[in-house]
Amino acid sequence: MPHLDAAYNLARWLAGNDHDAADIVQDASVRAFRFAAQCRGENARAWLLTIVRNTAFTWLKKNRPRAVVSIDDDEMAEIEDTNRAADSFHGADANVLRAALEALPLEFREALVLRELEGCSYKEIAEVAGVPVGTVMSRLARARRQLQNQFARKGRL
Amino acid sequence: MNCADIRKLIHAWADDELDLVRSLEVEQHLKSCPACARERDAIQSLRDALRQNDLTFRAPDLLRMEIRKLAHADEPARDREDAPSGIQLWIWRLLAGGATAFAVLMIFLRLGISGREAMLDEAVSDHVRSLQANHLMDVASTDQHTVKPWFDGKLDFAPTVRDFAAQGFPLIGGRLDYLNGRTVAALVYGYKKHFINVFVWPSATATATAPVLETDRGYSVINFDADGFHYCIVSDAEGKALSELAGLIGR
Repeated sequence: MPHLDAAYNLARWLAGNDHDAADIVQDASVRAFRFAAQCRGENARAWLLTIVRNTAFTWLKKNRPRAVVSIDDDEMAEIEDTNRAADSFHGADANVLRAALEALPLEFREALVLRELEGCSYKEIAEVAGVPVGTVMSRLARARRQLQNQFARKGRL
Repeated sequence: MNCADIRKLIHAWADDELDLVRSLEVEQHLKSCPACARERDAIQSLRDALRQNDLTFRAPDLLRMEIRKLAHADEPARDREDAPSGIQLWIWRLLAGGATAFAVLMIFLRLGISGREAMLDEAVSDHVRSLQANHLMDVASTDQHTVKPWFDGKLDFAPTVRDFAAQGFPLIGGRLDYLNGRTVAALVYGYKKHFINVFVWPSATATATAPVLETDRGYSVINFDADGFHYCIVSDAEGKALSELAGLIGR
């Protein structure tokens, strides 16, 4: 199946462990094969990632309801607050970065993973997450700001 | 643009998602503002760290195999069990040939309309961005004699600028935007509580064309040519109001 790695990467970042991620990708694949006719081939990756995303969120709501706390997309305060933000990540350790990403709220982590690890456009992220492009823009800004703040607090850099 | 405006746009700029005109404005600001330039470097540094540290997970081989099995289980069983006879084989070949010809035809049809669809999509995105980024206007004025000269020297054409306040569409201002592969004039009109963007650029055809109303993502879009200009009107106001404005402009 094409885009299996992208599907797994998203599921793994949302679920937090290998076992649950594999379950989610299997469920999503069954749906993808069943509804393959709906995908008109315009953007197969975004289409598959949307299915994986929805499967993951359904799974999380059922099994880990506390992980799915919806965020307030209007709150932009932390973007203005630049005092406590790290401005260099040079030489940051992979484990530290991974832990910092995992500490982000689900929707922020999702936006950042799709953007920085999968190289998705804002339009694709908007399609996958089911939100307007403007929301994608603010989620990415806030996700980055939170990572910067986390690093500054830990004083690692 | 001030620093607060830049901070709202700098992520879209760093992600290469900003239109050309606003990108240039951000870059101009970054040259002269060390604080915003530091923010740009921080975003870049974070991006490098995320991409260089190989944080991507790859699907395990076991999962890959299971998915392959799923894909095969989905095919109808008879395709694999009965080997087709000679005649069946020929029928299949004929059908396959027909399907290929159909696919090629569809691709050509799509290519023909994709340019139009892309323009519609871009016009709506420009409209949405102009509201989101708080960048509706570069020149805010209800006076057509202020708005029109503002475009002088910024464009290679002089758009017609008229105020239709008496008819319910007050002129609010104008700005430059980028659409259909070129810099265009964007005139901003008000209508009740809605904003209307009117994108103007020199027309490709010398003749006037009738307004065509389309909708995209809940926005109404009207395209037409008049007096040597192409007009593209975008708003969340109802299509009827846009048609009315199109009538006023084309008069």
